Amino acid sequence: MPRLSVQEVEYIAQLARLGLSDEEKELLCEQLSAILEYAAIINQLDTHNVEPMTSALPLRNVMRPDSAAPGLTLDEALRNAPAAQDGHFRVQAILE
Amino acid sequence: MPTSELCDLSIYVARERLRQRALSALELTRVHLERIAALDSQLHAYITVTAEVALEQARQADERLARGDDAPLLGIPLAIKDVICTRGVRTTCGSRILEHFVPPYDATVVTRLHEAGAVLLGKTNTDEFAMGSSTEHSAFFPTANPWDLERVPGGSSGGSAAAVAAGCAMGALGSDTGGSVRQPAALCGVVGLKPTYGRVSRYGLVAHGSSLDQIGVLTRDVRDAALLLRVVAGHDPRDATSLDAPVSDYVQELGDGADLCGVKVGVPREYFISGIEAGVESAVREALHVMEEAGAELIEVSLPHTQYGIPIYYLIATAEASSNLARYDGVRYGLRVEDTDMWRTFFRTRALGFGREVKRRIMLGTYALSAGYYDAYYLKAQKARTLLRQDFERALAEVDVLACPTTPGVAFRIGQKLDDPLQMYLSDVFTVSLNLVGMCGISVPCGFVEGLPVGLQLMGPPLGESTLLRIAYAYQQRTNWHTYRPPL
Repeated sequence: MPRLSVQEVEYIAQLARLGLSDEEKELLCEQLSAILEYAAIINQLDTHNVEPMTSALPLRNVMRPDSAAPGLTLDEALRNAPAAQDGHFRVQAILE
Repeated sequence: MPTSELCDLSIYVARERLRQRALSALELTRVHLERIAALDSQLHAYITVTAEVALEQARQADERLARGDDAPLLGIPLAIKDVICTRGVRTTCGSRILEHFVPPYDATVVTRLHEAGAVLLGKTNTDEFAMGSSTEHSAFFPTANPWDLERVPGGSSGGSAAAVAAGCAMGALGSDTGGSVRQPAALCGVVGLKPTYGRVSRYGLVAHGSSLDQIGVLTRDVRDAALLLRVVAGHDPRDATSLDAPVSDYVQELGDGADLCGVKVGVPREYFISGIEAGVESAVREALHVMEEAGAELIEVSLPHTQYGIPIYYLIATAEASSNLARYDGVRYGLRVEDTDMWRTFFRTRALGFGREVKRRIMLGTYALSAGYYDAYYLKAQKARTLLRQDFERALAEVDVLACPTTPGVAFRIGQKLDDPLQMYLSDVFTVSLNLVGMCGISVPCGFVEGLPVGLQLMGPPLGESTLLRIAYAYQQRTNWHTYRPPL
């Protein structure tokens, strides 16, 4: 597997909304390439007709009665907000 | 340094003394707080010490004891890993991004500990978001191993393991996504139990890898692990993946530990490989011999997909983590570092809020889930995970438990593996498979190599906790490794 390029690392970082310094990008090219190269050994496995395992449990949908119960108060829900105003989370404008 | 024999008691014995009123919860809590004050500047096991909360809870416990209340952990001082939410007590996950986060609710396990009468000493150090094998990836400071302060305690529940080993808590909760309870237990010479996936509610455990995460217990002996598990285990309507199965009386089911007659112990040959340190292998072989002398039948078994465990784990765990950590965007809680617009604020907040291991895993997981690579990495890993589970099902159809080393080596030096993430990941080789297959396991002390503890791992089938504990208890009746204490 070829070494990841800086462009590929930048693309993945965009998907993850993750700011990276030039130094971090360089290091990640190297480290992710090494990890992915190691991980490629799973391609040795024949997985035809093998179902993917998504959970350790045999559970399907778990339903509960749709009944009201107390939740967090508005004050509790906003208490950890970096910025709040008039009972809302406050963010920078996202529309012109 | 105040040495107090009270900090060395088992939970079980302390309970008896508290009930007989030969000891007060306040005194027991005070000596623990004093010991933390004396030792934690060297150990750094705690991120937050909740002295006032602890003293108040101890007073309440003493009142309940005076009334004849018989709650199972009344007055017992415990520590909780800082990835488990505690109402009104800062819960950082070892991360800058949650440095000032104060949860508005308790995790279900915390509610259960409160109801059982436990006293909260504080929140213990962890690799950031429980991602790591050494506790060096905490955003605040590394934790030292009580057996050698130059070495790591393991991770990610390294703070909990170090606190229990050093007598700075009678027991602790940790979380185990790929070995994060069992590995630090092994490296610090204590008992660490990872229950079956779904046995303990994850409500209020900050999510890392949701199909793998499970809260576990760390104690100095097996009986205490049984006691703690009995309190925290059980169905919780707030966690849809928690199992609706009855909880056994794990303490009673330990039995007398007299022998292991009729017990079949599987020895997986792939867990005794060339990379394992010689001293670790001989300590574990000796433990197997002890079990055989106690009447157990040793049967060699094979888990042929073992070598694929690490790549499967690091693809699936990072994929799940990258998705779970998308919530840290600086909007509703946690750090926000404002930039010129909201879009740039997301990037800057996450750039400054996350440490390098978390960034590495978000990147790896995002890559494994991205268009064009999903089938080759994530889906392939999930199919391979099925093969791994079939290995365990086949082996456990023949034997009661599997026995092997918990780790390939003893505690390594602080800094030794920090710059080589792949080497760090490989140190989890004997623990990750169990999370992938969702079964239960325990690490118990089984010897030392040059003064550093070695762990014996027992792995059992889904809901096999009673069996694991019973076998581990019988082993502990015949050995005294769990009675050694670090030279602090």
